[in-house]
Amino acid sequence: GRSAANLGGGITGIFTKAKLDDDTLEELEDLLISADLGPAVAARVTEKLAKERYDKEVSPDEVRAVLAEQVAQILDGVAAPLDVERGHRPHVILMVGVNGTGKTTTIGKLASKFRAEGKSVMLAAGDTFRAAAVEQLAVWGERVGCPVVTTKLEGDAAGLAYDALVRAEAEGIDVLMIDTAGRLQNKAALMDELSKVIRVVTKKLGQAPHDTLLVLDATTGQNAVQQIDVFKDQAGVTGLVMTKLDGSARGGVLVAAAEKFDLPVHFVGVGEGVDDLQPFDPQAFAKALVDAV
Amino acid sequence: MFDSLSDKLGAIFDGLQKRGALKEADVTAALREVRVALLEADVALPVVKDLMGRVKARAVGAEVLRSVTPGQQVIKIVHDELKETLGSDGQGLNIHRAPPVPILMVGLQGSGKTTTSAKIAKRLTERDKQKVLMASLDTRRPAAMEQLKTLGEQNQIATLPIVEGQTAADIAKRALQAAKLQGFDVVILDTAGRMAIDEDLMAEVEQVRRIADPAETLLVADSLTGQDAVTTAKTFDERVGITGVVLTRMDGDGRGGAALSMRAVTGKPIKLVGVGEKADALEDFHPERIAGRILGMGDIVSLVEKA
Ligand SMILES: Nc1nc2c(ncn2[C@@H]2O[C@H](COP(=O)(O)OP(=O)(O)OP(=O)(O)O)[C@@H](O)[C@H]2O)c(=O)[nH]1
Ligand SMILES: Nc1nc2c(ncn2[C@@H]2O[C@H](COP(=O)(O)OP(=O)(O)OP(=O)(O)O)[C@@H](O)[C@H]2O)c(=O)[nH]1
Ligand SMILES: [Mg+2]
Ligand SMILES: [Mg+2]
Repeated sequence: GRSAANLGGGITGIFTKAKLDDDTLEELEDLLISADLGPAVAARVTEKLAKERYDKEVSPDEVRAVLAEQVAQILDGVAAPLDVERGHRPHVILMVGVNGTGKTTTIGKLASKFRAEGKSVMLAAGDTFRAAAVEQLAVWGERVGCPVVTTKLEGDAAGLAYDALVRAEAEGIDVLMIDTAGRLQNKAALMDELSKVIRVVTKKLGQAPHDTLLVLDATTGQNAVQQIDVFKDQAGVTGLVMTKLDGSARGGVLVAAAEKFDLPVHFVGVGEGVDDLQPFDPQAFAKALVDAV
Repeated sequence: MFDSLSDKLGAIFDGLQKRGALKEADVTAALREVRVALLEADVALPVVKDLMGRVKARAVGAEVLRSVTPGQQVIKIVHDELKETLGSDGQGLNIHRAPPVPILMVGLQGSGKTTTSAKIAKRLTERDKQKVLMASLDTRRPAAMEQLKTLGEQNQIATLPIVEGQTAADIAKRALQAAKLQGFDVVILDTAGRMAIDEDLMAEVEQVRRIADPAETLLVADSLTGQDAVTTAKTFDERVGITGVVLTRMDGDGRGGAALSMRAVTGKPIKLVGVGEKADALEDFHPERIAGRILGMGDIVSLVEKA
C-alpha cells in the first residue's frame, strides 16, 4: 500500500502533538499494517512501543528510530548468509516457490555471484512445464557463463534433476542450482511432484539438497505466511529470499514470518539485473520499512 | 487467523446476549474483529477504513441490536457492502470497434500478463470466433518473446514474428500494422513487467498506450497482492488509464483482498480472473465469491439466508 515514503511522511504527519497517546499509537499501527506486517504483528510492535514511551515526549525521528529498531530486532535472528562451502561437491541448491516470484531470475543472480567468487556453477532447468522456462534459464546460463542442463518441455522434473546431479558430479561442479516450476502451495499434486524431485536428489547424494530456498515476492500480502508454512513442511525449505523490494511494496510480511518460523533469510532481490541481489540486512530492511525517503 | 468470521462473531454475540441486551459498544467491538479479518485478507487499509465507516453506520442501527442473530446480521451487512464495492458480475471485454481492436496488457513483474494474454486470445478465438494476433513488447525479460510464441503455438494463436533490437514502441506499431494488413480482429499487446515507481518503464508503457490507443488496457494483478495493491492500481490507472483488472492466481488459497482494493481505488471493473496456469483457466468475475473468500466463508448464500 503505502510506500516507505508515505510511511515516513505519515509518522511526521501524525506528530502534531509531542506526546505518544492512543490516537498516535493507532495511527502508527495503521502505518505498519500498510507495510504488510499484518494486523497482529503491527499491534504487537505498537504495543511494545507504547510500553516504553507512552505519554512521553517523542519526536518523529525518535519514533521512527525506535520502530525501526524493534522491527530489526525481530529480524536479527533470521538474517544469515548462504554458506555453500560446507564440503559438498556439488553443493545442491533447490529453488522453490509459487508462480512468478522470481525463482529463475534469482538463480541467475546467484550463479553470477558464485562465479565471481571463482566457483564452478551448473544450472538445471527443472521447470519443464511453463512455456520457455528452459529458454529463460538458458539465457541466464549464457549471461553468467555456466552450463545449463535441460530436458524437453513436459519432461520429468525429477529425471532432469537426476541427470543434472550425475553431470555435476562427473564434472566436479561446486554449486548446482535446480530451478523448479512455480506452484501454489494449495495444489497437492504439484507439491507431491516437488517432493519427488527432492527424494531423487536425496537418494542420489545423501544429505541433499543442501539448501532449499523459498522465493517470496515482496508484493505478496499475508498469504506469504501460508506459503512458508506449506513449503517448509512439504519441501523442507531451509531458507528464504525476498524479491522485488525495488518496488513500492515493503515486504513487511517477513516480520510476521520471522516471528513465526525459525527460517534464515539469505538475500533480497532489488531489480531484474544480474547484480540486483543483496544479502539480507535487517537494519536496512527495517529502516526502509519505517523510513521516509 | 480463523476460518469463519461468522462463527467467531456468532460466538462473541452469543456471549454478550447471555449477559443481557446488546449495546452499541458491543457492536463496535465486533466490528473491530471484522476490521482485523479484512486486513488479514489483505484488503488495503484505506479501503478497510472507508468500508468500515459505511458498515458501522448501518450496523449500530436497531435492525442489528434487536436481531436474534446479531452476529449474522453484521456479517450480512459487511458482505453486502463488500459486494457493492466489488461491483457487478463479470463485464465482458469491450472489443466493439473497427478491427483490429488493440488490447494492452500491463502490470508488475510476474503478475501473469503473458499467460493471461494467451488465455484471452484463446477465449476470443474459440468462443467469440475472433481472429487474434498476439505480440510481445517485452524486450527485457529473458525469453519473454519465446514464451508468448510457445503459448501461441500451443493454442493455435498467431504471434507477431520476433525481430531483435526493436523497442516496445516499434513492436507496437509493427503489430498494429500487421494486424491491419492481415485482417486480424483483435491484437493483444503483452508488455514487460514493471514496478509502478519505475519512472522509465512507466514512461515506456505510456508511449505504447498512445501509439496503440487500446480498446482495453488491462491491469493484470496477482490476487495474492498485499497492501501494495493501492499503489500499483492507482499508479497504473493514473499513468496509462486502465479500463479493467484481471486477477490472476485465484486458484491459490489467498483471500483476495486485492480485488476489493483495486476495484475501490480505481473504480474500474474486475473483468476476468485467472484460475490456473493452463490456457483455459480463465473465468468471469463473481463478486459474491470474492466477498465470501475475503470474509473467510465458503458458503455465503446459506449464511445470508440464516441471517
Ligand atoms: N523488479 C524486480 N523484478 C524481479 C525481481 N526478481 C525477479 N523479477 C522479475 O519477476 C518476473 C518473474 O521472475 P522469474 O524469475 O521468471 O520468476 P519465477 O519464480 O521463476 O516464475 P515461474 O517460473 O513462472 O514460477 C520477471 O520479470 C523477473 O525479471 C526483483 O528483485 N525485482
Ligand atoms: N496458478 C496460477 N498461475 C498463474 C496464473 N496466471 C499466471 N500464472 C503463472 O504465473 C507465472 C508468471 O506468469 P507470466 O504470464 O509469465 O507473468 P508475466 O506478468 O508475463 O511476467 P513478466 O513478463 O516477467 O512480468 C507463470 O508461472 C504462470 O504460469 C493463474 O491464474 N494461476
Ligand atoms: Mg521460473
Ligand atoms: Mg510476461
